[in-house]
Amino acid sequence: MDDPIKNKIQSTSKETRQDILGRFLTYLCIAFIMIVVLSIFVFVASKGIATFTVNKANFWEFLTGKNWNPTATDASGKPMLGALPMITGSFGVTILAVIFATPFAIGTALYMTEVASKRGEKILQSVVELLVGIPSVVYGFIGLSVVVPLVRNHFGGSGYGILSGSIVLFVMVLPTVTSMTVDSLRAVPRYYKEASLALGATKWQTIYKVLLRSATSGILTAIIFGMARAFGEALAVQMVIGNAALMPKGLLSSASTLTSVLTMGIGNTVMGTVGNNALWSLALILLLMSLIFNIVVRLIGRKGRLD
Amino acid sequence: MKNLTKIATVIIASTALLVGCGNSNSNSSSSSSSASSKTVSGKITIVGSTALQPLVEKAAENFQADNSKVNITVQGGGSGTGLSQVQSGAVTIGNSDIFAEKQSGIKAEDLVDHQVAVVGMTPVVNKDAGVKNVTMSQLRDIFTGKVTNWNQVGGKDEKIVLINRPSGSGTRATFESAVMNGQTAAKSQEQDSNGTVQKMIAQTPGSISYLAFSYVKSDVQALSIDGVAPTDANVTTNKWKIWSYEHMYTKGKPDTAAKSFLDYMKSSKVQKGLVKDLGYISISNMKVQKDSDGKVTDK
Amino acid sequence: MGTKLQNNIAIAVIRILAALVVLILVFLLGKILISGIPHISWHFLTAASQSFESGGGIGVQLFNSIYLLALTLIISFPISLGAGIFLSEYAPKNFLTAIVRMAIEVLSSLPSVVVGLFGFLLFVVQMKMGFSILSGAIALTFFNLPLLTRNIEESLRAIPDLQREAGMSLGLSKWKTVTKVILPEALPGIITGVVLGAGRVFGEAAALIYTAGQSATNIDFGDWNPFNSASPLNLFRPAETLAVHIWKINSEGVMPDAAAVSAGSSAVLIIAVLIFNLLARVLGNSLYHKLTATK
Repeated sequence: MDDPIKNKIQSTSKETRQDILGRFLTYLCIAFIMIVVLSIFVFVASKGIATFTVNKANFWEFLTGKNWNPTATDASGKPMLGALPMITGSFGVTILAVIFATPFAIGTALYMTEVASKRGEKILQSVVELLVGIPSVVYGFIGLSVVVPLVRNHFGGSGYGILSGSIVLFVMVLPTVTSMTVDSLRAVPRYYKEASLALGATKWQTIYKVLLRSATSGILTAIIFGMARAFGEALAVQMVIGNAALMPKGLLSSASTLTSVLTMGIGNTVMGTVGNNALWSLALILLLMSLIFNIVVRLIGRKGRLD
Repeated sequence: MKNLTKIATVIIASTALLVGCGNSNSNSSSSSSSASSKTVSGKITIVGSTALQPLVEKAAENFQADNSKVNITVQGGGSGTGLSQVQSGAVTIGNSDIFAEKQSGIKAEDLVDHQVAVVGMTPVVNKDAGVKNVTMSQLRDIFTGKVTNWNQVGGKDEKIVLINRPSGSGTRATFESAVMNGQTAAKSQEQDSNGTVQKMIAQTPGSISYLAFSYVKSDVQALSIDGVAPTDANVTTNKWKIWSYEHMYTKGKPDTAAKSFLDYMKSSKVQKGLVKDLGYISISNMKVQKDSDGKVTDK
Repeated sequence: MGTKLQNNIAIAVIRILAALVVLILVFLLGKILISGIPHISWHFLTAASQSFESGGGIGVQLFNSIYLLALTLIISFPISLGAGIFLSEYAPKNFLTAIVRMAIEVLSSLPSVVVGLFGFLLFVVQMKMGFSILSGAIALTFFNLPLLTRNIEESLRAIPDLQREAGMSLGLSKWKTVTKVILPEALPGIITGVVLGAGRVFGEAAALIYTAGQSATNIDFGDWNPFNSASPLNLFRPAETLAVHIWKINSEGVMPDAAAVSAGSSAVLIIAVLIFNLLARVLGNSLYHKLTATK
């Protein structure tokens, strides 16, 4: 006959059902995010590809051409769609901003996790959080009234250019990179540190040889997020970079980024026209670029891991 | 378990709200459009030119005070957005700084133009340049990049920093049709909004750009062209050539609510009051008119 | 060089870097607050804005910003919580998970204007939600999701496995261990993420121009029924936030006191962020103490 104990063991317990339901919920959330990402991707791609399918632009020329003037056509009747100046500009400001920001972010994060007292840590934490809360427009105007004259007076040129853009972006990505670096430093198991200190290593040796190494992949992710933020930022950069669709001749000549051209032009063009499609192609390039960055940094991260 | 139910409730509640309100919204708009014509009622959505937005917004506020059954939403987004959204029927009125005929991708014959104001524009330079008057051909040479130093046009020895407006913007189209005479402007810095351009000119030595009259403040120098000063009076007679209309486009004939609002925009109450207050020039003061090709005739 | 000296130099450098970051913030804050605070008055905080006369306030915009933040958090927090739990506790280490992670990171790099236009075409036009605070909140959710998800994942991951093992050995299901043991323990970290996300929501302008709109309709603060169109809680009214307002008056504002309104608004925004951060932290701490055994 029925054995109650056997039944109890074989049937699914309340706990198990709970676990299944919980797991299902988290799957649902992740699925939702994937749907969002996918739909934005499809949306941007379908609009961005129209430049090449409907307006018959050449993809290679789009990537390498230096002449950007979507409303005009060249001698052969094709629209002039050379996005290289903007791609260079975006790369320039992003990489520079991250190069400026990374040492500061890692330094601050190490200070917060390893050096500072509880109080100092709290103060820095609020500093970082406040920096995020300053709207990009305000960053833009401070850039316009402080950074641009500074660059003009100390380095020459009109003050508008990649250098000014990356200085503004440096401050903007700093909180993102810092707070994520802090997270990944905190995630390093405590006994790693204890073991190192017990072996007689100095604080710095512990930080350098143990903490930073085991947090490498986390720090790299932090940098990617910082780059992503820099790539996508528009309003602030647009005010200080000059927005000239020219190949940047140096850090001081005015340049443009993918986002600055996109933001300025999108309201002035009509959906479905070459000019508008070309802007969506820029957005697509932006997506592809951040994807590539992502993959590259991930590959680097894999190499540096401690496992 | 408690957390779980909480999450679930939030999700369900928010979707229910979404669906429920979405429905009620579409119902109200369809019932209101069939309302009687005596008391004007309806929903008007206006999108487009950011430059025109403050005027329309304020006018809409005043209009709704008298016609409480009308619900007007005014948004920016740019002239191109305004025109393409009114063409697709997504909004009632599309604001534009530029003739629909001049905007690529727009079938102008489907749209009805309502000109509600005139805006004058003037070249402005940083005070440092030491120039107050230029000839039309000098101005053209500056923008084509032939002239690169202020001392070539009677100013001091300083490099000219050109700040243009993005191609496709209404301000640039107006400026180019009045000044450039078919020549292409040199590639240079570009900036979209009047406010930002004004700030940049004020603080960048040697810079030049152009602005709508209402944004010319004491910290920038407006230029006269061939001795003609940029004033409202000179615009009304076309002695000052750089001006354009502010358009409000509807798709086909406007419905009752939209029509009464557009009439209100053109009424002397708005034209003599708000239009002037916001630095525009009233349509009724114009002694000339311009067509979409830039040809000017006496009115 | 002796390791001791090396150590001292390195620590000094770390201190200097941190000090410089503080200096940058002090400079920025000083600049914003000094130019802004003189313009803040009770009238400024509560009055309606003016489109071309001076003397306008930011009452509606301030409320909109806070309301939009609340809505965005209500939508995005549960989703990122689920996703964060999945990534830290359930996700198998395989190719698919790597793709999910990458997708989240790519999502965070989308320029706001693209998300704004996506929201405009999908919610405002296609789904007929109009320029509304709800469209804005959904668009902002897209920004918040990656940051929040990643932050929750990290905070959960930072909890030592000992806690998980303890939970399991008590016979708790994995789900229960996560929600009852790990999650409360990770709360301070999660709060940090929420605060950071909130700052971004407060400061975002480009995505909202096309979704929540840039006009502040008059709202009636006496009417709290969310289904009335003049109610502050109505989800379908256009809602200009403080950051959008700052953007608007700087780019096309013609009021004579535009610079003052802009400076004042920036200062108010910063103070609002500060207050929100403090509140979130106090609330988070008391919740943390209630849920865990810490004192």
